[in-house]
Amino acid sequence: MSITDYESVIGLEVHVELNTTHKAFCECSTTFGAPPNSQVCPVCLAMPGALPVLNREVVDFAIKAGIATHCTIEPVSRFDRKNYFYPDLPKAYQTTQNDFPICTNGYVDVASVDGIRRIRISQIHMEEDAGKLMHHSEGTEIDCNRCGVPLLEIVSEPDARSAEEAVAYLRKLRAIVRYTGISDGKMNEGSLRCDVNLSVRKKGKEAYGTRVEIKNINSFNFVARAIESEFKRQVELLESGGTIVQETRRFDEKTGQTYSMRSKEDAADYRYFPDPDLVPVRVTKEEVEAIRKTIPRMADERKASYMATYNLTPYEAERLTEDKEMSDFFEDAVAHTSFPKTLVNLILADISPLFTEDTVEYPVNPVSLGALSDLLGEDEINSNTGRRILKSLLENDFDPKAYVVEHQLAQINDRSALEPIVQAAVAANERAVKDYLGGKEAALRAVIGFVMKETQGRANPLLVEEMIHEAIV
Amino acid sequence: MQLQQLADGLRARNFSSRELTEAVFSTIEQKEPVIGAYITLTRDLAMRQADRVDELLSAGLALPPLAGIPGALKDNIATSGIPTTNASKMLADFVPPYDAFVWRILKQQEMVLTGKANMDEFAMGHSTESSAFHLTRNPYDTTRVPGGSSGGSAATVASGEACFALGTDTGGSVRQPATLCGIVGMRPTYGLISRRGVTSFSSSLDQVGPMTRSVRDNALLLDALAFFDRKDAQSVARRTDSFVADIEQPFGQPVIGWPQAYFESDDLLDDVKHQLEKARDFFELIGARIVPIDLEMLDACMAAYYILSSAEGYSNMNRYDGIHYGHRSDHAETLEEIYTLSRSEGLGAEVKRRILLGCFALSSDNFDAFYMKAAKVRTMVVREFEEVFRTCDAILTPVTATPAWHLGTHPEELGGNKYSNDRFTLPPSLTGMPALAVPAGLTDAGLPVGMQLIGPRFSEGTLYRLAAAYEDAHGLLPLPGEVKA
Repeated sequence: MSITDYESVIGLEVHVELNTTHKAFCECSTTFGAPPNSQVCPVCLAMPGALPVLNREVVDFAIKAGIATHCTIEPVSRFDRKNYFYPDLPKAYQTTQNDFPICTNGYVDVASVDGIRRIRISQIHMEEDAGKLMHHSEGTEIDCNRCGVPLLEIVSEPDARSAEEAVAYLRKLRAIVRYTGISDGKMNEGSLRCDVNLSVRKKGKEAYGTRVEIKNINSFNFVARAIESEFKRQVELLESGGTIVQETRRFDEKTGQTYSMRSKEDAADYRYFPDPDLVPVRVTKEEVEAIRKTIPRMADERKASYMATYNLTPYEAERLTEDKEMSDFFEDAVAHTSFPKTLVNLILADISPLFTEDTVEYPVNPVSLGALSDLLGEDEINSNTGRRILKSLLENDFDPKAYVVEHQLAQINDRSALEPIVQAAVAANERAVKDYLGGKEAALRAVIGFVMKETQGRANPLLVEEMIHEAIV
Repeated sequence: MQLQQLADGLRARNFSSRELTEAVFSTIEQKEPVIGAYITLTRDLAMRQADRVDELLSAGLALPPLAGIPGALKDNIATSGIPTTNASKMLADFVPPYDAFVWRILKQQEMVLTGKANMDEFAMGHSTESSAFHLTRNPYDTTRVPGGSSGGSAATVASGEACFALGTDTGGSVRQPATLCGIVGMRPTYGLISRRGVTSFSSSLDQVGPMTRSVRDNALLLDALAFFDRKDAQSVARRTDSFVADIEQPFGQPVIGWPQAYFESDDLLDDVKHQLEKARDFFELIGARIVPIDLEMLDACMAAYYILSSAEGYSNMNRYDGIHYGHRSDHAETLEEIYTLSRSEGLGAEVKRRILLGCFALSSDNFDAFYMKAAKVRTMVVREFEEVFRTCDAILTPVTATPAWHLGTHPEELGGNKYSNDRFTLPPSLTGMPALAVPAGLTDAGLPVGMQLIGPRFSEGTLYRLAAAYEDAHGLLPLPGEVKA
């Protein structure tokens, strides 16, 4: 048997840090990067008698995530206490939903080599983050700013079969949390964190193998590498006659390998029980419907609509909708042009790299980009001029149409205007013309360049080429 | 003097709040060395508060009834800038930066704070003997316990070291010490008084309760305390404008349930039984209908109570880990040692016993057999009581099987065991229903005996009305005589 006879069976637990204004159970701010312990109060510091009260915004965000992943929104759910000691957990328990989560039985469809793969979601539950320990030579300091920041844990069924599918699922979840606006989805800042459950089995077999959990992976790339290396490790172990131990492992980013943290026997008993300080979470159908109306159209829906409306290729539509901000930007800009294809080319070539995880505002005014697309689409300007205008637009906004008139940048499409310049160019580049006629195609560029230079780059390059051709052949 | 008389006296300028407060502190000076009701005295604050009230009153301002009247708070109620020790070494130096809801609203009503009352450590106990600091003695017989866990609060009121006090009641910690010290203690409907800032022992059972000399005092204090608090998820809004006014409603022909089984156990002292029978006959005499009822679940209640309260207590106690605040061992070198040594040194035996019991009941191997079963029993007890209250307005039961026992009594000597003596107070705790402990009389030996009136949720007014009728006819208990040193 070889590794190709095996497949991996992958389930993912994804933690999403919600960007609510306040923490889950108190009124402290959730702003990232504030000075240590500046966003704390008796409740999140677990002082005697401090009581939690659920911030309803967390429930609304959970419902949004549930709707966007086709889950059932449970009318009643409940918080439990997960008891354990750790210095970053002042209460010595995490408030979480163990037995009765708010969302159940959903799914996300992702593209895979076999077409579409449906990854089922068993549950989404609300819980809270812990603080952060900072170790240094003199000891350890605790920053409690993140204590009580709300999280959603999205738990999938073991439906992914490869690293690619797992990453595609994560990308999709990331798009969903960004589209719904419940999280910034930044893996590098920890607002999207992932645990991978992985087992292997021979292809064609039904029964699952023994599962290993890989904890806290913080980039798409590491998720893929962790899955590939763990898959290989498990297959090699089985092939050499070994058995898989149910355990928790960690992924080392430097070596690209997973290492054992603790076995199942060492697993803590968290002594879950219903949190008696909180009341059950009740959600009415009316609330769910009201929240449904606030959810923007998701990527899949937009993709289909772009292909139909603007005659885009699946590739173009997919690229445009990967990021909600970029998709919104496209929709704002396309309303201001009659040449959507030209706009899409501009966005995908020049604008898309400017949309990063940190993009908070549009890199360029969509109205101006629409106008620029019109200028290009109508052959008012050539692509060189277009690129120059775009570069200026990125620095500060102006009306491209007025700008073209003012700076006399309009493309020269007039034969009679170009004729004397073409004649001059041919006369001045005898050598190049001879080379071209002798078969050196590239030599014509010098002649075209002469015309472009004389016209400050405004001549229609296709027309110029045609006229040179006529003049010398 | 009762609270309303004090309030009237202050307004009539018969005496000033300063004079009243000084009188209370002189009683404290005289009795406290023997009684030991307080952990912390706040004399300077009290005098400032009293002077302020005197100024406001002379300026002709209308103030709430409690203004200018000195009262005590149990030391598990957070008081900003004033130590809140929970009678534990763990929090011996803890000064909260925040106020409990009840302290905040009483401050707004211009009460005068005498100090923080002694208690069983973290409210776990029955005699205030588990306080990490010192004993509190029963004002009626200083060789005896004041009860617990709000034993200090009860003793302040009984001895005149405060005009009223707040206690907290998880399984009977207001009602039992109130009875043993001959005063009135109410455990209101769960949620009626905010728990915010009151150290959690068992969150689903903890309630703040007023402790006073008379029934009307108690209603007046509850009127000052029962407000909805949006920052306590379990808070509920009151259903009446005034508990004091509820007392004056017509007595009518209330139906009082008499649970036979409660009076048939061997350890119920004859003296107690007779006092309760006399009370029953009195109620019948003035127009109530007494009906025998069956309440089967008393023993099951005890098991369920100790499992649930210890499970929640275990989880609530874990925050005292020596990391963020509170006692940290000087001998700890590793993280593990910070936890184990700090907790070993900082927590007392009774608290540790409950933590271990809760830890056991919640462990994954025992969860179904203990925690889940106890939760089911709780539901059944609620149904049993709801059923009774279809036909009854209130239930009359003992508060304790015996009057106050001697300090240092070994659990086995109490008959039954240490825990079963106050089993009668557990059902209202589990059901979240209000229960009022009122003095019924004195034993031949001069020790107070109490009765418990239990009603359905939000029936505090009815319970006060019944108790006030009894109190009006029998008078207040005689005050404890000269303290036996």
